[in-house]
Amino acid sequence: MIYLDNAATTKTAPEVVDAMLPYFTQNYGNPSSIYGLGAASKKAITDARKIIADKLGAKQEEIYFTAGGSESDNWALKAAAEAYASKGHHIITTKIEHHAILHTCEYLEKRGFEITYLDVDADGLVHPEDLEAAIRPDTILVSVMFANNEIGTIEPIKELAAITKAHGALFHTDAVQAFGQVPIDVNELKIDMLSASGHKLNGPKGTGFLYIRTGIKIRSFVHGGAQERSRRAGTENVPGIVGLGAAADRAFRIMDDKIAKETKLRNYLIERIENEIPYCKLNGHRTRRLPNNVNFSFRFVEGESILIMLDMKGVCASSGSACTSGSLDPSHVLLAIGMKHEEAHGSLRLTLSEENTKEELDFVVDNLKAIIERLRSMSPLYEDFVKHNKESV
Amino acid sequence: MYSEKVMDHFQNPRNVGEIENASGVGTVGNAKCGDIMRIFLDIDENQIIQDVKFKTFGCGAAVATSSMATELVKGKSVQEAMQVTNKAVMEALDGLPPVKVHCSLLAEEAIHAALWDYAQKNGIVIEGLSQPKSDIHDGEEEEEY
Repeated sequence: MIYLDNAATTKTAPEVVDAMLPYFTQNYGNPSSIYGLGAASKKAITDARKIIADKLGAKQEEIYFTAGGSESDNWALKAAAEAYASKGHHIITTKIEHHAILHTCEYLEKRGFEITYLDVDADGLVHPEDLEAAIRPDTILVSVMFANNEIGTIEPIKELAAITKAHGALFHTDAVQAFGQVPIDVNELKIDMLSASGHKLNGPKGTGFLYIRTGIKIRSFVHGGAQERSRRAGTENVPGIVGLGAAADRAFRIMDDKIAKETKLRNYLIERIENEIPYCKLNGHRTRRLPNNVNFSFRFVEGESILIMLDMKGVCASSGSACTSGSLDPSHVLLAIGMKHEEAHGSLRLTLSEENTKEELDFVVDNLKAIIERLRSMSPLYEDFVKHNKESV
Repeated sequence: MYSEKVMDHFQNPRNVGEIENASGVGTVGNAKCGDIMRIFLDIDENQIIQDVKFKTFGCGAAVATSSMATELVKGKSVQEAMQVTNKAVMEALDGLPPVKVHCSLLAEEAIHAALWDYAQKNGIVIEGLSQPKSDIHDGEEEEEY
């Protein structure tokens, strides 16, 4: 099997599993308990919180553990909207956010908030001048993802946060795809809130955190006990939090090597596909993109068909095709970068890990060439295209 | 997600291709929704479908339903081909996931569109057949996006 879907999820690293295991059968105490067994769990959580805070340049008390990126996004938006509603009801985000942001915004719209969805350019970049033009005195929150999950484009967070702060609004970023992949310093970038997930960086699923800068009024998300400074009640997922800490520690330890290796593999994959498969287009910014993201559209073919055929060759990949989303609309991200529907249906996302090899990528490209050729030979769109070209010659 | 039969017809689609000077050609669906099917029919003077070919742009289910639909109408009379409904196509494939049921409807429409083209060219009326509503340019300009 060749796994090229690391933006969907990653393999839990063996050292992460090793770190977690004692917290199931040995150190199973409740962190809120007074005796030694509970204290061991509490210490494990504190250690994980410290690791994550250090990586972001944050303070320990600014890290709140959650059950993942979607929860963190929901919390940041809903709680900030509620807490700052007396100041205004305007929120700004972008058209290419993850559904955890977009659907939360729709929820807030139904509750009287006004949302502006910023456009992106053909590379998926948000333009700071668009934010400057959209921001108003009653804007309370701006939420822009750090890096896009589909096309890998890395947004100009520093510029966007600076504009937001100059206008006195809060800046939140969904960094689910970026945390642990690229360096992030919340002070240098002036980020007020940041969402991250554990399973995108070789940590366990069902874990994540929300960074909330000290001084920001934000309501509790789960009411109950005093866990997470009373803002997110419920007995902590101790093994999960330990795993998240271990995964963050690992990700930052190997980051430089991982970025170098993945960037090289990514560029090799992009080059081979562009050189060897006709009528394809790289989606996302060519250089300002996540080191492990490759996203192509292939004209005249449909994404789900590509995925099934790749799966038959043992290759795991994903697509922005409608058929993989359960609706008739293709990816909102691909439509936002100006792609036509039929092109968006034929997209393929390959996301690498540092464990992939050049040989694996060669196998994938060789098979992908044959798959695209086969699907085109069956495609009425390709037939029309070829006939049209013949006629115009 | 897919039945073995769907996977078989996706991996080894029957009757892929074109028929030159076909008796009837029908194209349905649109690229916006991600499915286009084109069916070519070769119909003899006794109104028997001697040969049928298809080309499809779409997902696994779209390819499989096209393939199965061609199998079901091949060798049949025009009237018998009219009985090949989307239900018949789905049943022959041992079912489809709910989100893919529209693919089987498209396969039925593609057969009807090709029969309509045949009827128009030959000035005949096929009982129960009306002008197909779907065509590949439908809906292109209607919706804002």
